[in-house]
Amino acid sequence: MSFWTRHQVFEKNSIILVVGILLVIAIGGLVEITPLFYLKSTIEVVDGVRPYTPLELAGRNVYVREGCYLCHSQMIRPLRDEVERYGHFSLAAESMYDHPFQWGSKRTGPDLARVGAKYSDDWHVTHLTNPRAIVPQSVMPGYPFLAANEVDPDTIADHMRTLRMVGTPYTDDQIANAAADMKAQADPDNPGADAFAKRYAKAAVRNFDGKPGAPTEMDALIAYLQMLGTLVDFKLYNEKANLR
Amino acid sequence: MKAILSVHNLASDFVTTFWTPAFVAIFLAIVAYAFWPRNKAAFDEAARLPLREE
Amino acid sequence: MSQPSISKSMTIGESGLAAVFAVTAFLCVIAAAKALDAPFAFHASLAAAASLASVFVILNNYFGRPAALPPQEINGRPNYNMGPIKFTAFMAVFWGIAGFLVGLIIASQLAWPALNFDLQWIQFGRLRPLHTSAVIFAFGGNVLIGTSLYVVQKSCRARLAGYLAPWFVVVGYNFFIVIAGTGYLLGVTQSKEYAEPEWYADLWLTIVWVAYLLVFLATVIKRKEPHIFVANWFYLAFIVTIAVLHLGNNPALPVSLFGSKSYIAWGGIQDAMFQWWYGHNAVGFFLTAGFLAIMYYFVPKRAERPVYSYRLSIVHFWALIFLYIWAGPHHLHYTALPDWTQTLGMTFSVMLWMPSWGGMINGLMTLSGAWDKLRTDPVLRMLVVSVAFYGMSTFEGPMMSIKVVNSLSHYTDWTIGHVHSGALGWVGFVSFGALYCLVPWVWNRKGLYSLKLVNWHFWIATLGIVLYISAMWVSGILQGLMWRAYTSLGFLEYSFIETVEAMHPFYIIRAAGGALFLIGSLIMAYNLWMTVRVGEAEVQAPVALQPAE
Repeated sequence: MSFWTRHQVFEKNSIILVVGILLVIAIGGLVEITPLFYLKSTIEVVDGVRPYTPLELAGRNVYVREGCYLCHSQMIRPLRDEVERYGHFSLAAESMYDHPFQWGSKRTGPDLARVGAKYSDDWHVTHLTNPRAIVPQSVMPGYPFLAANEVDPDTIADHMRTLRMVGTPYTDDQIANAAADMKAQADPDNPGADAFAKRYAKAAVRNFDGKPGAPTEMDALIAYLQMLGTLVDFKLYNEKANLR
Repeated sequence: MKAILSVHNLASDFVTTFWTPAFVAIFLAIVAYAFWPRNKAAFDEAARLPLREE
Repeated sequence: MSQPSISKSMTIGESGLAAVFAVTAFLCVIAAAKALDAPFAFHASLAAAASLASVFVILNNYFGRPAALPPQEINGRPNYNMGPIKFTAFMAVFWGIAGFLVGLIIASQLAWPALNFDLQWIQFGRLRPLHTSAVIFAFGGNVLIGTSLYVVQKSCRARLAGYLAPWFVVVGYNFFIVIAGTGYLLGVTQSKEYAEPEWYADLWLTIVWVAYLLVFLATVIKRKEPHIFVANWFYLAFIVTIAVLHLGNNPALPVSLFGSKSYIAWGGIQDAMFQWWYGHNAVGFFLTAGFLAIMYYFVPKRAERPVYSYRLSIVHFWALIFLYIWAGPHHLHYTALPDWTQTLGMTFSVMLWMPSWGGMINGLMTLSGAWDKLRTDPVLRMLVVSVAFYGMSTFEGPMMSIKVVNSLSHYTDWTIGHVHSGALGWVGFVSFGALYCLVPWVWNRKGLYSLKLVNWHFWIATLGIVLYISAMWVSGILQGLMWRAYTSLGFLEYSFIETVEAMHPFYIIRAAGGALFLIGSLIMAYNLWMTVRVGEAEVQAPVALQPAE
């Protein structure tokens, strides 16, 4: 038997064929993916990035549920026109607490990585309810139902606990006060607003949907949109320190 | 856990260092095997396999 | 009919599966009662009903069947098991039409946003995953599972392994589709592209997929043919790799065992890398390797010519599966992913061009000596044109993975056009071709009801694809150029919304193309239905009719 008939092992033995396939496909993942978990240069060191507040998290879950990422990216590339149109290019650290990541792959609508604080809450309410009331040429669906759905403050702590298990550094304090914090962030008159602001740096406390009553999905989604890309202060960010 | 990590590091270090020559060698071996003259008849036979069934 | 004799007893599979489904039904009722959200309650009830139905069907089948299980061979010929294949063929046509229809709806929504009707269940963001999952996993998946179970039996000359197992695979897989699809409409999604189903659907798919691997492998192992035919290697690579990708990309922690929401274990950049390692290899191993297996069996069979170069197919196989697995990072060019990973992804994507074209040449040249059949056989024409589209998209893909090109094409409709030249032209046409071959074979018909209708399907669908992909090329490149256009004073020339407005005519053309493609598939459905209903039965080969001597 010649050496070159050895490949027949693959053609005649299905188990060895399976093992061969597994080895061949394992190699790419091993080289490309695993270093991302332990190379220090993967995620730069940045001040300001924090886990989402309970209300922002609920808003992010609405964003995930409605599939917003299918038309809006959250990843500004370091290209001249993108930086001028959307702001500083996105840093890996800015999405480090995103489970799942929502970088997206298509811009039927504009990038949202730094949409926070660009428009007023009113603008968002009108725009989400009926996009064409503000932008006549828009092809975005309307989401009027968000204003009618209340978010549930009682279960949000469970969500934060789950996120902590997959690596988001929520403190015991933050989890214990999750329900109160959720209500407080959407209500500036709430007595818990100050304590909330201490727990989450740079979190905005506003009545986002402009309506009285318990926080709605509209409140939550706008709270999320309004914080996107606002956590890192790029006046203080040292680009050279993170050259990779 | 530490043991798993160090085995993993070892494996991935090995892979990152040697995968290029190793896979070039394997690739050449597969090409040589596939085009080795003596194997031609067997492959021509295999190519007809779908046509031989009832 | 049913005459339970003394020797008749339940197989381990029958009693075990019935017991497992009975327990599952019980657990699902509890889960439905304790559910934290309405979609979870709905899915748990659905699973309970399906489990009960399974118990009933298994028992009913047991009491109705003869004591002996179907023999492995009849008169020395393999007793092929065609039932599960018929089921997948039917489901493939059904899901295909559903998926194309939803595609037409979302294409129209982008042209006329009023069609979202402000309703959460049918707004674009929920319908789009329904479209992609319906065409890729429901239509494509059923075609792949069905053809693989056919090809593995025929090329191994062995009956499908297992008695209930093949049915568990095909029905279980379609149940996964139902759970995933209804979930999207109800807002149950991980929002990871092409991996949207939530944790419990993922768990179920894992079980079904392992059963699929076992059925396929066991059939290969008990084969009568010493050589494992190349199509089976591709099917095996598809099955094994999809299992690995699915497990790698989907480890998620549910918030509660009684709720639909979960959080994925990976975060941020690692999640991005896992996602596109999965996403690109879903293209590589689901939409490419699996359908190449179809090419390697159905093209030679239909053309009645041997595989052009079996030696090339060996090189093609190993080179393709090795190179594909690296290409994922080209979906993340210029993002926060480290540069070295992007460069690696780009390099391998460009190299991938070679095995892809090697495979294309192998498929096309299989027709050498039979080119005249393209004139007379529209089914073969469909198969061959699909391979040509494969060549086109596997040239376009590596080109788009080059960083400079990608900086323009990424985030635009060019990507959508590229995907559809592969999906409609390659996957769609090779699937249609395979179904046109498969349905007469498994239903034992002499031929198709009408070759003329196949011809109509071919030309209408081809016109639809041309409209679709050219509209997306123009709109994608136009939008990419508009985004980076500057005035002479150094300001961005267009606001974002101006670039959206410019897309409008192309979105209408694209929807028209999609409508033509849908019409073509309806013609196919009618043709296949009539083939089964009124087609002339193939005269059984005399061997099968002769009594044993």
